[in-house]
Amino acid sequence: MSKLTFARAINAGLRKSLENDPKVVLMGEDIGALGGVFRVTDGLQKDFGKHRVIDSPLAESGIIGTAVGLAYRGYRPVCEIQFDGFIYPAFDQIVSQVAKMHYRTQGRVKMPITIRVPFGGGIGSPEHHSESPEAYFTHTSGLRVVAVSNPQDAYTMIQQAIASDDPVLYFEPKRRYHDKGDVDESLDLSTALPLDRAAVVNTGTDVTLVSYGPLVKTAKDAAMAAADEGISVEVIDLRSLAPVDYPVVEASVRKTGRLVITHEAGQSGGLGAEIAASITERCFHYLESAPVRITGFDVPYPYSKLEMHHLPDLDRILDGVDRALGRPNSLSGLEG
Amino acid sequence: MLTDQAGKGVHQGTPGPGQSAQNPLRTGGDLLQLVSPEGDRISHPEFDVWVRDIGDEQLCSLYEDMTVIRRIDAEATALQRQGELALWPPLLGQEAAQIGSSRSLRDDDFVFPSYRESGVAYVRGAHLSEIARVWRGNASYGWDPQRINVATPQIIIGSQSLHATGYAMGVQLDGASTAVLAYFGDGATSEGDVNEAMVFAASYQAPVVFFCQNNHWAISEPVRIQSHVQLADRPTGFGIPSMRVDGNDVLAVMAATRVALDRARKGGGPTFIEAVTYRMGPHTTADDPTRYRDPNELEDWAAKDPILRLHKLLEAKGLLTEDVAARVKAKADAVAAELRSSCIDMPDPQPLDVFNHVYSTPNSWIERQKDHYSRYLNSFNQPVEEGAL
Repeated sequence: MSKLTFARAINAGLRKSLENDPKVVLMGEDIGALGGVFRVTDGLQKDFGKHRVIDSPLAESGIIGTAVGLAYRGYRPVCEIQFDGFIYPAFDQIVSQVAKMHYRTQGRVKMPITIRVPFGGGIGSPEHHSESPEAYFTHTSGLRVVAVSNPQDAYTMIQQAIASDDPVLYFEPKRRYHDKGDVDESLDLSTALPLDRAAVVNTGTDVTLVSYGPLVKTAKDAAMAAADEGISVEVIDLRSLAPVDYPVVEASVRKTGRLVITHEAGQSGGLGAEIAASITERCFHYLESAPVRITGFDVPYPYSKLEMHHLPDLDRILDGVDRALGRPNSLSGLEG
Repeated sequence: MLTDQAGKGVHQGTPGPGQSAQNPLRTGGDLLQLVSPEGDRISHPEFDVWVRDIGDEQLCSLYEDMTVIRRIDAEATALQRQGELALWPPLLGQEAAQIGSSRSLRDDDFVFPSYRESGVAYVRGAHLSEIARVWRGNASYGWDPQRINVATPQIIIGSQSLHATGYAMGVQLDGASTAVLAYFGDGATSEGDVNEAMVFAASYQAPVVFFCQNNHWAISEPVRIQSHVQLADRPTGFGIPSMRVDGNDVLAVMAATRVALDRARKGGGPTFIEAVTYRMGPHTTADDPTRYRDPNELEDWAAKDPILRLHKLLEAKGLLTEDVAARVKAKADAVAAELRSSCIDMPDPQPLDVFNHVYSTPNSWIERQKDHYSRYLNSFNQPVEEGAL
């Protein structure tokens, strides 16, 4: 067991994948000598060579499109998109090619491509550097989408993503890159929690609080604060955003009867909407109140002096928990 | 090879020491031609060597392939008109470009086509039913890419140029001598992906050949409004040498493609070929070119017909005997008949196939939807109990 930052944990996972499988290649802007702008790939080019850790031209569609060709040739490319907001030029290659090639060829061509995306806000960046574009990709069949919330998962899930024969979008919460945690580097991937499973990270009985990525920590903090008020909050870390592990969420909601979902992305058409609808379909008779969403606003990601208003924090989440419980809250007295 | 030919048959992207920045082949007159529209063999000091193995028998064989794919095209167009195919992208007029280039490939080379390269697929060994099924709507892919080393047809314009480049990077990592050929049209050169592909290919000197069939029309957009320079001039800005060839001259296409493939295999990096040809039919069977195209233009190009040209050459050489003509016709008829029967006899896919192969591993969302839809379909087979409603 070692104490690693989030970024080092991903780095260790990448290193292990590079060691274990000669078909794994890393591609991205500035990932070589610089080690990536967040240093996630630090030292890898030095140890594995320029042919395994490839500094690419500044062209996101090119990074993903050439990865498609490499996958055709039997490679397992791991692409880094430098920031969430830079993924859009590659959108066509991701949704039209990476996602559909297996279906298009009825399984003849596999696309074991991992796309790493530092995502989310909270680090005071200018625009295009703090976005949460996950819902675009969870809406696209053929892609697996995961978001990691702690160094241990970061370490194991990057290896599972690379080992997956399906393409995986791997979202890294950039404001947590420097958080430290215990990482068991000897953990056998076959015994680790599968890539598409959710985890109950705090057990509780009154409210189910669902989150993923950067907000899992905030959600756990909120659960601790709620406990001080005598409210027992069960926190679920989704880990997989596509597919969502509904049986785990369902079991929790059947126990608590109440559901709060929190994410940084805007509300409309977001993952919270999908989860609220699906859980309502599956657990309607168990719900004591309507599902509550605590999310970013439906605005472009704001300039950094305002981002603390946009991002759900502990107090907004607790306010949502109060709404789910029918306790006095900021919307008390408001109809609809 | 390329250095030997600089300024004669191949554009040099970045003139090196001692080379002139002026490239005499940069204008329209620089079209590489080995057979004139009248069927005369034009001798070329640098390129003749690349087709010197093409003897009488080979010429007849090229003629046969071109005739057969024209027949495939005509039959498929008829099948579409009869409602047996949902759509068909005709290749009429582009037979020399497709046959000349694909007949230059080795078996281990890999091809990334667009949607119009049915002739290439035929040459590479695709079954006729595999060519038809995409357009019938029975599958999203034609042939098994790994069997004939041709990627599945690509609908998104230019997307495959990046896939080809990535595949070529993989070839480099493997240390193989395989070359990769990407087909796209003139319209695709406006797309970002084709330009990014050239950036990547040049950066890594990937063994890829960009084969642009300039058929002059991107649906209704003429090439002249998409490019103010000749398409072959564009790659030079990326540091990629290019050739501009008469795309209706099968020998010239072969020579140019062989030069480019050889260069790729020997580590020389990417090459761009502009095959100047003409789409004599519509973009697809859903298109009506009479709305946007001057009929005189079609007439001018009909005079440069690629098959007619080879026909004249064969005649002049006394090769087009009755036997040969009959053999070619019989082959074309047989292929057309097989295309028709394999199309009409093709079994429809099953309803639950819609859920298959989205992922290579199970996905709980899709499994659930498949299960629910299966129950729904089965409900039609259940007797409705009396009083159930």
